Amino acid sequence: MNVVGQLAPLAFGLAAIGSGIGVGIIVGKTIESVARQPELQGRLSGLMFLGIALTEALAFIAIAVAFIPFPAP
Amino acid sequence: MLLPALSLVKADESDGGFVGPSIAEFVPPGLLFVGTPFELNRVMLIRLLVVFALVLILWLGTRRLQLVPSRGQAALEYILGFVRNSIVFDTLGEKDGKRFMPLLMTMFFLIIGMNLTGIIPGLQIAGTAVIGLPLILAVVAYVMFVYAGFKKFSWRYLKNSLVIPGVPWPLHIMLIPLEFLSTFILRPVTLALRLLMNMVAGHMLLVLCFTATQFFFFSVLANGQLIGLLGIGTFAFGIAFTVLELFVAVLQAYVFTILTAIYIQMSLADGH
Repeated sequence: MNVVGQLAPLAFGLAAIGSGIGVGIIVGKTIESVARQPELQGRLSGLMFLGIALTEALAFIAIAVAFIPFPAP
Repeated sequence: MLLPALSLVKADESDGGFVGPSIAEFVPPGLLFVGTPFELNRVMLIRLLVVFALVLILWLGTRRLQLVPSRGQAALEYILGFVRNSIVFDTLGEKDGKRFMPLLMTMFFLIIGMNLTGIIPGLQIAGTAVIGLPLILAVVAYVMFVYAGFKKFSWRYLKNSLVIPGVPWPLHIMLIPLEFLSTFILRPVTLALRLLMNMVAGHMLLVLCFTATQFFFFSVLANGQLIGLLGIGTFAFGIAFTVLELFVAVLQAYVFTILTAIYIQMSLADGH
């Protein structure tokens, strides 16, 4: 049986595992810290978004890989 | 304007007749000035419409400002106040926040307007779902935070943003290229890609749900096969994803604006 299709969605799936876990940890830790010190919420949410932005980058690069015109072998 | 989405369901033998959405969805045929460099397709017309609507709303909303606001003015003031207080002032502080307020406010309103067209019936594609606009916005953000840093520190800005203080010197050989990559290359690329990919994925989901509904009802059920009742499920999911898209549209505008504000703030900070 021949399986025909694209590998790019698989690449995105693999990349999404890592950044999903990473974003989860970041948001969870931020919630923990806000629960401890609610007055820091403004600064912590800024840091949280910065961390999410860096972590998410890999997943977005993985989506974009599907649109890079690689030369056919 | 609904026609391009509906015409996706064509007679095709391999999949039982169902054709899912493809990337061709985002390059619709030109409608106006075809053949000239100013060719306008559906997405461009939607963008122009959004700009027109935004100018109209903001002009009408702020034309006669009163001390006791009318209902429309109160709604507009609420959004403006939210952007000012919880995006700009929280990250940049009052003094620098006032300088960059026009830019960040414009970004927020433009992105939210362009994103919302993705769920307005009849328009159905976000103005930010094609690379041009997110790219321009990311370039503006990039130029702005580099400019802010250079204006305040001149060449010391490069040292501030590339050299991390307090690490043993051999590590700098590894850290400086990494910092350069993350600050000057990955930041604008991810700004553009985050907005674009969220809108592209949302649009694909909606198109998939609604073309499947149309296929189940008008091709399968119309032929007398009861499996076509699955269309009720796909329709319900389409409505649910529309609500999700509303949330994503607002969230992406917020994230783009706050990240630009944070990047400007990091350029202005003295070392880090």
